[in-house]
Amino acid sequence: MSDAFSARALSGRPIEGLTLEAAVCGDLSPADLSVHPNTLRYQAEVAEAHGNPQLGENLRRAAELAALPDDEVLAIYEALRPGRSTAAGLETIAARLEAADAPLCAALVREAAEVYARRGLLRPV
Amino acid sequence: MTDEPQPPAPRRLGRFTGLDARPVNLDGFAERDDEAGLVAFASANDPEPSVALDADGHVTELDGHAAADFDLIDAFIAAHGLDAAVAEEANDLDDVAFARLIVDPATPRAEVVRLAAGATPEKLARVLARLRPVELQMAISKLRVRRTPSNQAHVTNRLDDPLLLAADAATAVAYGFREVETTVPVNADAPSNALAVLIGSQVGAAGALTQCSVEEALELELGLRGLTTYAETVSLYGTEKVFMDGDDTPWSKAFLCSAYASRGLKMRVTSGGGAEALMGAAEGRSMFSLESRCVALARAMGAQGVQNGGIDGASVVGCVPDGMRELLAENLLVMLRDLESCSGNDALVSESDIRRTAHTVPLFLAGSDFLFSGFGSILRYDNMFGPSNFNAEDLDDYLVLQRDWGVDGALRPVTEDQLRAVRERAARACLAVYRELGLVSSGEAVAGEPAAGRAPSPTPTGFTDDHVDEVVHAEGSKDVTPPDPQAVLAASDAIMDRQLGILDVVRALWATGYEEEAERVLAMGRARVAGDYLQTAAIFDEHMNCLSKVTDPNDYQGPGTGYEVPAARREEIAAIRQQRSRADLLARHAAGAPAAPPTGDTRGDTHGDTDGATDDVIHGAIDGTTDDTTRDRTHVPPPAVLRLVARGEARPGTDRREVCIGVSPALATKLWFTMSGLPVGEVLEQIVAGVESEGCVARIVRVPSTVDLGVIGLAAAELAGSGVAVGLQAKGTALIHRKGLSPLACLELLSIAPLLTAEMYRELGVNAGRHAKGRRPAPVRNPYTDQAIEARYHAEVVALVAIERGESVPGAPPVDLEVER
Repeated sequence: MSDAFSARALSGRPIEGLTLEAAVCGDLSPADLSVHPNTLRYQAEVAEAHGNPQLGENLRRAAELAALPDDEVLAIYEALRPGRSTAAGLETIAARLEAADAPLCAALVREAAEVYARRGLLRPV
Repeated sequence: MTDEPQPPAPRRLGRFTGLDARPVNLDGFAERDDEAGLVAFASANDPEPSVALDADGHVTELDGHAAADFDLIDAFIAAHGLDAAVAEEANDLDDVAFARLIVDPATPRAEVVRLAAGATPEKLARVLARLRPVELQMAISKLRVRRTPSNQAHVTNRLDDPLLLAADAATAVAYGFREVETTVPVNADAPSNALAVLIGSQVGAAGALTQCSVEEALELELGLRGLTTYAETVSLYGTEKVFMDGDDTPWSKAFLCSAYASRGLKMRVTSGGGAEALMGAAEGRSMFSLESRCVALARAMGAQGVQNGGIDGASVVGCVPDGMRELLAENLLVMLRDLESCSGNDALVSESDIRRTAHTVPLFLAGSDFLFSGFGSILRYDNMFGPSNFNAEDLDDYLVLQRDWGVDGALRPVTEDQLRAVRERAARACLAVYRELGLVSSGEAVAGEPAAGRAPSPTPTGFTDDHVDEVVHAEGSKDVTPPDPQAVLAASDAIMDRQLGILDVVRALWATGYEEEAERVLAMGRARVAGDYLQTAAIFDEHMNCLSKVTDPNDYQGPGTGYEVPAARREEIAAIRQQRSRADLLARHAAGAPAAPPTGDTRGDTHGDTDGATDDVIHGAIDGTTDDTTRDRTHVPPPAVLRLVARGEARPGTDRREVCIGVSPALATKLWFTMSGLPVGEVLEQIVAGVESEGCVARIVRVPSTVDLGVIGLAAAELAGSGVAVGLQAKGTALIHRKGLSPLACLELLSIAPLLTAEMYRELGVNAGRHAKGRRPAPVRNPYTDQAIEARYHAEVVALVAIERGESVPGAPPVDLEVER
């Protein structure tokens, strides 16, 4: 964690480049106004340094999701709602997340699968 | 079975029928019922607090449940929510000892937060149940996360009128709200509402965060596009059953939290007592016990904050004993878990103004990250969340409460001119953006093309310059022509279909000449890239400085520490538009304007007002207590018509029919109107006429040596041939006095100056004449009022008396006065 952290947008553009001029010239795209995973990891470090490891973990999960497309993120949310997924379905998602360099999210999904099984929240096969 | 006649019902007592009609008796109150969860604290069914850890620090028992029996909520808290390093220490601590650490200013916040991180939900519930209301306030002062308090507004309307939403968002920001939350009566209007509120929120000042509370997938999508900047409607519940009724689990919600953060959006969750009882699935547990689970879960999920303090269930909590204390304690739970508190007060908890105010004031005094999780900044009827506990109708009350207590409630007075400017700019900017983005037809032919032969598509109702004018001046949506609902829907569809987002808004604002707003909207996008406002309790001030747990931590440790209202802010809080100075009063009198603008005057500034337009307002305010004489002030001649010319030192009179009228030092020198708005000349005329109607002779003298009306009356009586005099102060207070009495023991006194009428002054003159003739007349009755007459007029009385004193010349003898016309 460094005080000199200088954020870049998801596109890689430095935050200083996000000017009105650039915006009105059509130089900016939505990725220029999206948060970069490194920024989220940096904010996670700040949260942990200020005594909130849970917020830190949330921001680390967020960093993993930052690069995923919106519809995929929404689909995972939907799959985690009660009675939506089979055990195998959740495992497929977890494996996909792991492959997408999202191990914390994968762990959250696996943990859900375990508890859902015990509490009867899985969709019957 | 015999048909014995039933004894007649006893006659009702007036004392009870009167109370039955009071607003508080429209509220519902429930007997404590543990099985139904209608209990604030400590249900018989609440578990005993407990925690057990295995060798690896995993939680194997939580609040009476073994791991194998954990429900969803236990399981998530056990897996993520407790600091294993302090769990045993925290839970072994005696409840009262823990409670004292929480309250004691000498115990640093960090130490309390460290312990709370290991405390189980039930442990914290037990501990906080021990705190009395004032102890809760002390703890809140110390434990809220951000040093600087803030406030959130609801901005909605019945019509989803975008221009009105924009104007009202700008109004909220002008008043000082730093978060603006909107929602919809019609779900499909959400994109339009989000856009309108985003535009309006950036007029006048930078940095207000905005939210559109709708179904979660849509809300997330609006956030992803940058049309909103935070979310708070991720709801948590304290029992598994109700959680599932909400079609979610702690894992789905935790994932949603991460999803919001992954797009750089600030996000807090919502809980609040009473929801489980309302859903009939409280498992027999107390509201506070369940709420403590919600808040522990929020921390476990990694949310940065919690909106609680009742919320939708506030009135359920309010109906049981200790309910209001429970609501306040809910906010403290959040602070103890080191999360941003967005502290409720957003549902009208009572029909009684006393009771709803009593709900809010303790937190207001203690301070919070957000004092309201939705102050209804629009009128009650326009609040699509339902009326808030405080609403637009209450803004002046709230500003006065800040001033009364010297407390920073995060709002500020605004002038009518300021509000007019931001409302107009916001409505115009919104209309310009809707036109520029092609969300509505402008009704104009395309520039550069001849209009002839091409019928422009008609401008829909609600998107015209006339509508801007209506919106600017409207109190609420009932004052505007309803916009074409199809046009609002079409605009919303277009926003979604064309995937419009923050960059489109920035470009449209810039292209239509709203460069400042374009820069501010872009700054909200830049803030998302920086990510600093993902930290706990983050807000932006109006210069885009991020204030959060990281940058602006609460450091309260007792008197002299913590948030001190800055001097400039103190002045701002004091400077409500209703306050007046002595100079204002003198100017009004000199200009021929009557009494001070009363409560109910809606204008921002009446300095130097000479048009007499306050008259109607004054009469409205004391309606029923004035007569036609005072009503008719528009025909009053200018005060300068009355000239009282000094004719030398007054000598005792010899005519036994002579009644003196002794007037105060400033009467008709500096002060020209009594507090009831009568010109002093007319008052004198009435008294003289009354005296003369009894066949007596009136003589006017000024007693310049004193402001004391008893002494003025007595001095005049000493001069009167009859030994009887009327004393009159400029503010209108009058008495009858007789030579030889003590100054305070006058014969008659008309003391309620603001309510005195010309008729009463005439009667007083009549009675003075009768006293002069040795009769004993029935005294003129003082007018009676049950209004807060002292609150209304005492500030002015102080100024009037000070002016009298400034005009007085101690030791100077009384002088004869002659009326010159």
